[in-house]
This record gives sequence, structure tokens and C-alpha cells, in this order.
Amino acid sequence: MAANPNAAPAPPSDRTNHGMRVVVAWLVLSAIATPLVAVFVGHLIPPGNGSSQGTEQVFDNTLMLTVITPILCLLAVFFVYGLRSFHASSSGAVLDGPPLRGDSQIQILWIVGTSVIVLFLAGFGTFELLQNGAGGGQGPDPIAVPGGQKMQVQVIGQQWQFTYRYPSLGGIESNQLVLPADTDVELHVTSLDVIHSFWAYELGVKADANPGVDNVAYVKTKSPQVFHVRCAELCGLWHGYMYNNGRVVDSAQFHSWASQQEKLYAAIKPFMDKPEADGGAPFGHTYLPAPERRAG
Amino acid sequence: MRVGVKLVLVAAVVVAAGVMIGFYVSNLTTLAGSPAYSLPVQNVNGHPVVNLEIQTVAAVGPQLSRNPDWVSYLVRNTSGQWKRETVWSLPANATVHVTIYNFDGASGLRNPFLARPQGMAGNRIMVDGKPTDAVDPNEASHTFAVPALGIILAIPGVADDAKDQCGYAPCPMSNAHRTIKFTFHTTTPGHFRWQCFVPCAAGWIDGFGGPMQTIGYMDGFLNVKA
Repeated sequence: MAANPNAAPAPPSDRTNHGMRVVVAWLVLSAIATPLVAVFVGHLIPPGNGSSQGTEQVFDNTLMLTVITPILCLLAVFFVYGLRSFHASSSGAVLDGPPLRGDSQIQILWIVGTSVIVLFLAGFGTFELLQNGAGGGQGPDPIAVPGGQKMQVQVIGQQWQFTYRYPSLGGIESNQLVLPADTDVELHVTSLDVIHSFWAYELGVKADANPGVDNVAYVKTKSPQVFHVRCAELCGLWHGYMYNNGRVVDSAQFHSWASQQEKLYAAIKPFMDKPEADGGAPFGHTYLPAPERRAG
Repeated sequence: MRVGVKLVLVAAVVVAAGVMIGFYVSNLTTLAGSPAYSLPVQNVNGHPVVNLEIQTVAAVGPQLSRNPDWVSYLVRNTSGQWKRETVWSLPANATVHVTIYNFDGASGLRNPFLARPQGMAGNRIMVDGKPTDAVDPNEASHTFAVPALGIILAIPGVADDAKDQCGYAPCPMSNAHRTIKFTFHTTTPGHFRWQCFVPCAAGWIDGFGGPMQTIGYMDGFLNVKA
């Protein structure tokens, strides 16, 4: 029988072990890239080391980046190798690799590998969350409560400013968040109007401020520093202006600041100390405006 | 129509929409829907001094707004007229004497913390001629606050049973009102938002809509210029 002149040329016989080449290239690239990423890139990921929670978040992000790096390397090697090795040749012959579909060995490896990674991340994430809440709001009944004594601070959102009330300091209130260094802080985040989100960036704390809800978050401060606070929930016309700076200061400075605030605060203390039934402000963990004050 | 032409048309529409959205956002955040009013500056011993006279009214009236029932701040210009302009230009490093005439009734503060005057000279205001360190939170009608400058003060309201209460603005001084005076100092140039913290937009859900969310009524900017 005569050969069909229009038929595509038969692919040349290929005895190359493509799988082994890909694996070797992947291992080499991963062995180089993974430690580089872990050492040089991980610590650059926000939010920084402003608090214990921030440090843990940096560690978590570094670990996840380190886990992801070999996966990214595998994809990159596979992609580049495929482009270089499997394509139409100048003679018109199609150079194709061995089929992956139906290869049970590869399928099992893929399923087991991805399952292990996902289960590890789920377990690791849960462990990290249960230690101290990882800087997130946990609602009114927190599950992950760090041990030891904690200083309570109520964070009150209002269109468009956060104020901070200190129950342990006679209920003084300030429009700047000032915290003592090396202290466990229990934040009670709430709102007087719409939904806001309290985000102390460098401290690694973020908690929604919902009206009528006491959202508890924990943070352990470290050394003195200035940090940024901003609202992370679109909350109306001046949402973009709802930010300011907070400070972590040493113990002596904190007590000096508190004394100064107490003096300034003395003028309105009589109004704050009024019982709620007499028109005074409630002073529990959750600040709820009296119903008659809900509209202007 | 060729595919290329269609693609060009779609790209042109997308770019035009993007530019229009950009203009809208830029207009909303900087200019503020209200013309800037440059306050006249006096020179006292080489130091710039500004007198700012404003009034707060329960209903701005049909002369000054298409929303006559909206609550609003007004500013008095050099010819003595009250204008609904809430973007004010001030010089840097100046002394600003502020007089607020409030013609509105009390509605109370949500957060009594705002009842303590702060950020002005002496952390004290004059209410009807009397020095005041704190306003009863339940008597507050509005606030004047410039958060970035640390200025917060509550404005006490007119008694519910006061005679000659103002209807529509501009309100004559013969109407019942409270007078609040204080002084603050501008420092570096900047663009500082001011606002009322009392949700005072009557007729809106929880008092938060309308004039509380529209520049030119209960909020504005201090444009502090070098």
C-alpha cells in the first residue's frame, strides 16, 4: 500500500525519562529557592513584630510561603520544561510527552501530597488560632483566651473616629490608643452606629466593630513604638479619614499619660458616673446607646 | 462591524467610564461639593488672626438648599450674610476665634466623652458667656470636631420650651439660640476634615443619612494654607 502523502510525520521514538528530569530540576530549584524565601522574604511580610500576635502572623505567613515555594517551583519547572520539550518541531512533527491521564501512580502522589499539605495547614492554623486568637476578633465569648492578667480597653467606633475607654483606669477615655509595653491587652471592640472594623496594623489586631456587639480580641504589646489605627470597613462618607496613630509606651510614660488623662477627664466624670437609668452612659463591656438617643 | 473596531469601542467606553469615576471620587474627596470660603485675615502685631462665625440650624430652609428640612452649619461672610459653605480656607500658624450660634434643640451625645472640650486654647469653651469644661451630654445638640487637630466640643442646644425658636434658616439673632466661643491655633498647612458627631439627620435611619453624609451641611474641610 502506498503511503499517504498528507499524513503527519510519525513522532520520533522518545525514550527520554521526562518525569525524572522534571523531578530533578524541581528538587534542585526548590532546594535553592525555599531557604532563600524563608530567610530573606518571610520577614518582609506584614504586619511586622509590633506585638506577639504580629510576630506569630509573620511566622505563619513565612511558613505558608515556605510551603508554597516548592509547589510554585514544581509548576514553574513543569511549565518551562513542557514549553521546551513538547512542541511542534520544524519538520512538523509533534513532540509530545507521555500521557499523565490514567497514570495512577502520579494521581495517587498528587492526591496524597495535596491532602497532606491541606490537612497540615488546617491543623497548624487551628493550633495557631487557639493559642491566643491570632489577633482577630472572637465575638463576645472568646474561645482562645491567653492566660495571665490582661488590661481591658474598650474600642468604640463612631462615624468617623475611634475612641478608647480604660475601665481599669477609672473609665478614662481617649481619642488616641495608648498602651503600656510588654502587656497583655483585652480589647472590647464595639460601635455606636454602623459597622466599622478596628485595625491596629503594626500590632496585628483586626476586629469588626458592630453596634451592640462586644467583639473581644487580644494583643500582647512588645517594645515602645508608634502604630497606625484605621477603619477597615467602608463605613460612610468619611471612612477614608477614619485613622490615627496609637502608641506603645513604657510603663512610667503610660502611668504619666493616664494621670494626665484622669485630670482632663475629671470634668465629665460626673456625667459618666451617672446610672444608666438616670440618663448616664452605660459602662459595661458593651456600650449601647440609650434608645432615645438613637436619632437626632 | 469588524472585531477590531468593536474592541476599540469597548476600550474607549471603559476608559471614559474610568475617567468619569475618577473625577467623581476626586470631586467627592477633595472639593467637597461646596465652594471654599476664604476667611478674611487680620494682622495683629504681625500675627494672623481670623474670626470665624458660624451657626447651626435645625432646617436650612429653601433659600440656601434644595433640601430645606436638612440640618446644617452656615458661615457668615464678610458682608454679613449667612452662607451654606463648609469648606473654609485658613492661614497656617494663625489664631482662629470661633463663635457658634446654635439655634437647634438638644438631642444628646452617643458618647459622653465628646462632652469634654479639647484641642482649643485652655481646653475650655465659653457657653453664653460662661467658661465651661464640660457640657451635659444630654443637653448637646451638635458637635464641632476636627479629629486630625484634636479639636472636639459639644454644642448645647436650645431648650425645648424656649420662645421664638427658629424655623427655617438663616436665623436672626432675635430667635432663641446658644452662643459658644473658643479659640484654636492652626499650625502646619493641610486639609483637615471637620464634622458633627451627633447623628442629627432627622428623618433618616438612626439620624445617619442625608446631611450627615453630604458635604456642605454637617461637615466640611479646613484648608490650612501657608
